[in-house]
Amino acid sequence: MKKIMMTCAAVALGAGGALAEGELNVYNWSDYIAEDTIANFEAETGIKVNYDVFDSNEVLEAKMLTGSSGYDVVVPSIEFMARQAQAGVFAKIDKDALSNYGNLDPQILKILAVNDPDNTHGVPYMMFTTGLGYNVKAVEERIDAEKIGSWDMVFDPETAAKLADCGIAVLDSPSEIMAPALNYLGLDPNSEDKADLEKATDLLLSVRPHIRYFHSSQYINDLANGDICVSVGYSGDVLQARDRAAEANQGVEVAYAIPKEGGQVGFDMLAIPDDAPNAENALKFIDYILKPEIAAAVTNYVYYANPNTAATEFVDDEVRNDPGIYPSKEVQANLFSLRPHTPRYDRSLTRAWTTIKTGQ
Amino acid sequence: MSQEETLNGKLPGGAFLGRALHRIGLRGRGLVIAIPVLWLFLFFLLPFLVVAKISLSEAAIARPPYLPLWNWDDGFLNITLNFGNYLFLFDDPLYLSAYIESVKIAAVSTVITLLVGYPMAYLIARAAPDTRNILLMLVILPFWTSFLLRVYAWIGFLKGNGIINNILMKIGLINEPLVMLQTDFAVYIGIVYTYLPFMILPLFANLVKLDQSYLEASADLGARPVTTFFTVTLPLSASGIIAGCMLVFIPAVGEFVIPALLGGPDTLMIGRVLWNEFFSNRDWPIASAVAIVMLVVLVIPIMLLRKAQAAEAEVQ
Repeated sequence: MKKIMMTCAAVALGAGGALAEGELNVYNWSDYIAEDTIANFEAETGIKVNYDVFDSNEVLEAKMLTGSSGYDVVVPSIEFMARQAQAGVFAKIDKDALSNYGNLDPQILKILAVNDPDNTHGVPYMMFTTGLGYNVKAVEERIDAEKIGSWDMVFDPETAAKLADCGIAVLDSPSEIMAPALNYLGLDPNSEDKADLEKATDLLLSVRPHIRYFHSSQYINDLANGDICVSVGYSGDVLQARDRAAEANQGVEVAYAIPKEGGQVGFDMLAIPDDAPNAENALKFIDYILKPEIAAAVTNYVYYANPNTAATEFVDDEVRNDPGIYPSKEVQANLFSLRPHTPRYDRSLTRAWTTIKTGQ
Repeated sequence: MSQEETLNGKLPGGAFLGRALHRIGLRGRGLVIAIPVLWLFLFFLLPFLVVAKISLSEAAIARPPYLPLWNWDDGFLNITLNFGNYLFLFDDPLYLSAYIESVKIAAVSTVITLLVGYPMAYLIARAAPDTRNILLMLVILPFWTSFLLRVYAWIGFLKGNGIINNILMKIGLINEPLVMLQTDFAVYIGIVYTYLPFMILPLFANLVKLDQSYLEASADLGARPVTTFFTVTLPLSASGIIAGCMLVFIPAVGEFVIPALLGGPDTLMIGRVLWNEFFSNRDWPIASAVAIVMLVVLVIPIMLLRKAQAAEAEVQ
């Protein structure tokens, strides 16, 4: 009882201090934080948080490049953040102000430093892989067992044709589809070679008639409802679809696979725009996210792995042992990450993507 | 005393403003016209000029992501205009076919909207005044719900295991769900549904003013109802038809949300091309050029049409 009263007092104090502590404007991916993270942060710090979401890096990027977005914390993927940092839109992260920075996995920071030298502009938030989500029953009825969980499901015309009637969806993200296509062809996923791009385009054109739509978030609902049976998707999103399907109890079982040929591993970064109105509160928020219990709570809820070594012990066993969330060492060896493209290549890529989608 | 107070600026604010405007030569009629002119200048011409300016620039990794048009160099003003963005649009057939496709989808939707909307507007105009208000209310009512939400509702109707398919399968008309979502068919439904009130309202405003005695005269002279409709009602409602069609056609050409949500990946409208240029390529100059060309393609024929109409009216 005493404990409850103390909690109440703390909440009341927090609420009372809301005005004095100011505000914080967060712009994050949709479905990408635990249900109570923001409320807990507000209660602990007295800062009032305005929370807003997006579902594509491009939309965030346009806001950053326009400037005066009003956001204090944004969450671009590393390869996008690298280019935006080049345009000078991010403030340097004051690591001394982050008491929990030491919790981050130094291995991962080293990988990120390739795109963000000295980890100057971003703090890793969550890690994701891009792989295949599928409706177990629908897929088993249609294709051989050894093809399940292979890029063949999407990139092999014969296999894709068998799955076309129950619905194949693909992320509407040229770089994140072209990279595994190049990888599937045995080419460098980060290649900017024109001939390589043409080969990957031809591969995608060969399966194009079997793809129902290109979208970066709709597949979550559609997989869960059984409206589609295969989707190239982000790990945590597919796993959220798996849970929703299980909750709905309509006989749909969703599974996630990091394809055996290899998939993309990506990192989403917490960054502070250089014109952030509440930069100090932004640092407080980032430091809060770096707390082991908080990072673990987010992972437990969104099913994305965090780069926080100290958090692992607080992550639920079923999450920690899920190879779709924390891939095994062998699978990790096959993962690749993306690098930012030159504007010239981006134009060719977008053009090729339009060709793939519309046939023009 | 009171004279002095006035001179000290103690007049009410409105009167003071009136005086100030008077001094710069704005009064009465001029003032009435100045407000819409100022409005159009601020919210139409100025944004248009900004877009036109960006369209002559060059993309760069910067904030904002294009190079400035002018810079001072040793006291010289250097202006760099890059018309390459416009030439580029003609290099790649993609842009032309996107324009054509957009105009086609908008035109077909407009015709369908007219065919659906005209009888509705006609009936509302002919209804008893009490019923008329209820019917008009029903036309306007959907506006109280967000447009986005209503388009999402159509997804629920049209999708594979959606309402329409489930009903059709239950009554045994079909065995396999029909693919309706993510097709041009769904885009037409979305546009016609969304823009229908914009067609009905101007048509209604026109038809309700139609003098009944014309119809009676036509009937007295022996014309059958169909003949009366085509020779009297329809020509007299031409201005309502044109207004309704403009209100539907123009926004439908640039429509982005409906094809994005209901259309298939191969629905290539200019809104999508703009999105790609702006977001995927981060090429604001090309995106601006696409927008300017669309404006020119749309506005010039409309202005010519208006001019022809005005000339015709003068002759009459």
